[in-house]
Amino acid sequence: MAINENESNRTAHSRRSRRGFLLKLSVALNLLAAALIGVPVIGFLLSSFRRRARPGSWIRLGALETFPENQTRLATFRNPYTRPWDGTTADIPCWVRRTDGERFQVFAINCTHLGCPVRWFQESRLFMCPCHGGVFYEDGSHAAGPPPRGLYEYKYKVENGHLWIEGGYLPTLAEPT
Amino acid sequence: MLRRIALWIDDRLHLSKMFDATAGHPIPASAASWFYVFGSGTLLCFVIQIITGICLAFIYVPSASDAYASLEYLTFKQPLGWLLRAIHYWGSNFMVAIMTVHIAQVFLFGAFKYPRELTWISGVALLFCTLGMAFTGQVLRFDQDAYWGLGIGAAVMGRVPLIGANLVRLMLGGSIIAGETLSRFFTLHVFLIPGLIIALVSLHLRLVLTKGINEFPTPGKLVEKDAYDEEYKALLKKEGVPFFPNAAGKDLVFAGLVTTGIVLCAVYFGPKGPIGAPDPTLIDTTPRPDFFFLSLFAALALLPAYSETFLLLTAPIVMIVILLALPFISGTGEKSVRRRPVAALSVIVILMALVTLAYLGARSPWSPHMNAWSGDAVPEKFVKGRSPLELRGAVTLQNKQCRNCHSLGGEGGQRGPALDNVATRLTSGQLVRQVIQGGGNMPAYGKNLSPAEVAALVAFMRTLHAPNEMPARDSAVPGQPGARETRTVK
Repeated sequence: MAINENESNRTAHSRRSRRGFLLKLSVALNLLAAALIGVPVIGFLLSSFRRRARPGSWIRLGALETFPENQTRLATFRNPYTRPWDGTTADIPCWVRRTDGERFQVFAINCTHLGCPVRWFQESRLFMCPCHGGVFYEDGSHAAGPPPRGLYEYKYKVENGHLWIEGGYLPTLAEPT
Repeated sequence: MLRRIALWIDDRLHLSKMFDATAGHPIPASAASWFYVFGSGTLLCFVIQIITGICLAFIYVPSASDAYASLEYLTFKQPLGWLLRAIHYWGSNFMVAIMTVHIAQVFLFGAFKYPRELTWISGVALLFCTLGMAFTGQVLRFDQDAYWGLGIGAAVMGRVPLIGANLVRLMLGGSIIAGETLSRFFTLHVFLIPGLIIALVSLHLRLVLTKGINEFPTPGKLVEKDAYDEEYKALLKKEGVPFFPNAAGKDLVFAGLVTTGIVLCAVYFGPKGPIGAPDPTLIDTTPRPDFFFLSLFAALALLPAYSETFLLLTAPIVMIVILLALPFISGTGEKSVRRRPVAALSVIVILMALVTLAYLGARSPWSPHMNAWSGDAVPEKFVKGRSPLELRGAVTLQNKQCRNCHSLGGEGGQRGPALDNVATRLTSGQLVRQVIQGGGNMPAYGKNLSPAEVAALVAFMRTLHAPNEMPARDSAVPGQPGARETRTVK
């Protein structure tokens, strides 16, 4: 009787400890498995969140003679980083103002308020935005409306008779050109 | 034989038990009301969206280079493609509209109070999921509005401090709006958010079953945490009726009306867009969001510039916190709107604000009319009988694009004041100053106008007044030249 009781106690104890071990093992194993799946998934999803080195690069806009002095012209370029299925979305416009000689101002098309495309009006020498009525002077400075700053300006250089700008990403208040 | 098959199926699947536990659950007789049809109406719209959405996905190509062509194919070549696009578009309009009525009804009837807090919270989550569907859906109609709508989204993200640039990249899936951006929004619109909605709707309905549908509120009958559950049980015992067919009948009638309404609108008005290929180099475009976001679009034009970023970033958080906290702040007490004046007033104010802003957003009086200077002629009555100098001024007014922001005879932009009787408001000196220095939201034209042009422009504007109205005079200069100013217009 006494022996029997002892034995059943022992088996119950060993069963309990075996079950406890199994539970611990399953939790540990599945945490590991979840990490094995989860880390790459989250890494994949957030890959574009990470700050990379500046994605800008030098882009050739065109020969100098295509930009007459004291004029503002629309120029377009192909974004330097594209996917094969980007289609026309990778063709980016910008406004090129040649003040004189080799001095330029190259403005992003995006209004600094909310990114809509500003249009140039030669007669009044103003850029106007069709969304919320932002207006900029010909040198890109803020003239009227809600924009918090002047137009975004690309860095430029003149090399071998061509105008180059440093671009490659959508300018925003967080990351102006 | 048929009966035996039916019984066999029921025995294996427990269908009749499932029916009793769901559609057969008792509800207070007062809840079988026409006011209670909007929840099921929203769900119906969602089902229609799933069905038509799946159909569209058979043809649509979620690639930046081909999406537009596939949309045009859907609209013009694919048999009935236009109709399914139209039903999907109008289904989304109906869904947002009916959901708004549902939220207002639930709020006004105090249905968010104890013990239905979680029902309300899951509903708030559904509200944001539905708005997410509306925005991502607008992006999938990958045209110029979609492209620049993404630009607006990115510009808003770019205002977030510290991680703004990262958020822009996360939203666009890269450094510009392009192929990855569309794939991203396709995944959100077709997999992620619908999956979330299905899960949340299940929770929402489960809670309706466990905590019961809200009884029609009686003024003066207060909700108390200790007593409510017992009272509700007693109410069900006393005047409980099964959901089916008592309340379901009204839901079904409404469902029929909603479906018919969606299809009629789709047939009559057709699908929306696509409006112009998503080519950013085509800059002669006037981006506008779909109607759900017109009020937000208008608010962004009208907010004072200094408060804009702050409000853009904090207002949504404050709104979400208020919505989530509501059932805990005001979880007990009066349910009837007849005794909740603040609740009634806030619904009226919020709806009026949304409708007014959406109306303003649709008209966008703050946007310059880009073609007014070359397209809208100066009305004849404003040039008749004018001197050569004044006529020269009228030409200057037109050429210098003043009309883009100022209207004459009702035509032209509304950004600035109409010029029809500007002479009664400003003297010559004030006109010169305003033109040259700008101010009050007008750019300065000093560098772009020669003195001769300014003189002509001001001479013309001094003639702009009604025949019976005197032009403004400078009181400091008695007897200033006014010979031309009392002219009558024939």
